Amino acid sequence: MTTLLALDFPPVSHVTEWPDIFFEGSPLAINKVVILMWVSVAIAFVFMWAAGRNFQMVPGRFQGVGESFIDFIRNGIIMQTIGKDGLGYTPFLGTLFVFIMICNAWGIIPALQMPVTARIALPALLSIMVWVIFNVVGVIKNGLFGYLKSVLFPPGVPWPLYILVTPIEFVSVFFVRPLSLAVRLFANMLAGHLLLVSFAVLTTAMFEFFPLAAILPGAVLIAMTLFEVLVIFLQAYIFTILAAVYIGGAIHPEH
Amino acid sequence: MLDLVTLAATEAGELEAGLTAIGRGIVYVGAAAGPGVGIGIVVGNAIQAMARQPESAGMVRTTMFLGIAFTEALALFGFVLAFIISG
Repeated sequence: MTTLLALDFPPVSHVTEWPDIFFEGSPLAINKVVILMWVSVAIAFVFMWAAGRNFQMVPGRFQGVGESFIDFIRNGIIMQTIGKDGLGYTPFLGTLFVFIMICNAWGIIPALQMPVTARIALPALLSIMVWVIFNVVGVIKNGLFGYLKSVLFPPGVPWPLYILVTPIEFVSVFFVRPLSLAVRLFANMLAGHLLLVSFAVLTTAMFEFFPLAAILPGAVLIAMTLFEVLVIFLQAYIFTILAAVYIGGAIHPEH
Repeated sequence: MLDLVTLAATEAGELEAGLTAIGRGIVYVGAAAGPGVGIGIVVGNAIQAMARQPESAGMVRTTMFLGIAFTEALALFGFVLAFIISG
């Protein structure tokens, strides 16, 4: 409990760790975050299923949203990063985008207010998945030695520099990429969550002290919530586009 | 006031907690200063490119987000590290 000007800010563990609801104390314990994750899976599934259930020439409500979404994944992400031969990854990248965005969106839904991605487990799992996929794709497309050569010995470098470049590339591709992918999503959502918590605590404390004084922190709280809407979309977009860039780099090793 | 008398009078755990807090602050400042400048440079140049060649805005925007993401990762490492540090 950190006290600042007689305000009690809860410690970080209080705003991200939730009590177990089922199977308390066991490794399979289920808390609010897990349930929200399952609900996100269900929402993503139902949305995609409803959009693709029966195709019509004139798209209905769900099909219209689904089509513009697929168009965004194809033209906004894949064509910009991988190119034409990456269109086969549309289902994977599309699922990634929808799932991450719904998981992030719980952070601003009133009464729930907990982004699932603010716990490291889910971003870590997703980034390990992306890591496995881009390495496997690279090995399949270029062969094991071709892939390692393209990663560790980038062309166009004078040969003495390889003493420096090769270890850096090795660490950056196989360790920093998955780590930064997971930490970027996790830390962004955690930071946003902490920001909202801080201003909520400030607003309630000010309201108890003198109701009119709560106007300013309350307004900032609303503004921050609107800013979080942007962050929710942007983080899902950045995660997906980086996954696409890594897969693209494994398919076309020359750049 | 930070003088030696009050420093000697405080309990050992209290001083440690205070130093931990200062250390966290230093870690976050150190990690955020560079990327702050870096993101400014990335976005500034991207805006310049978009203003000069509006037809290439889509490509520039995608690359800009990539550049921001790579730069921002360093600041976020610092943010996480500041939480990991414990007294």
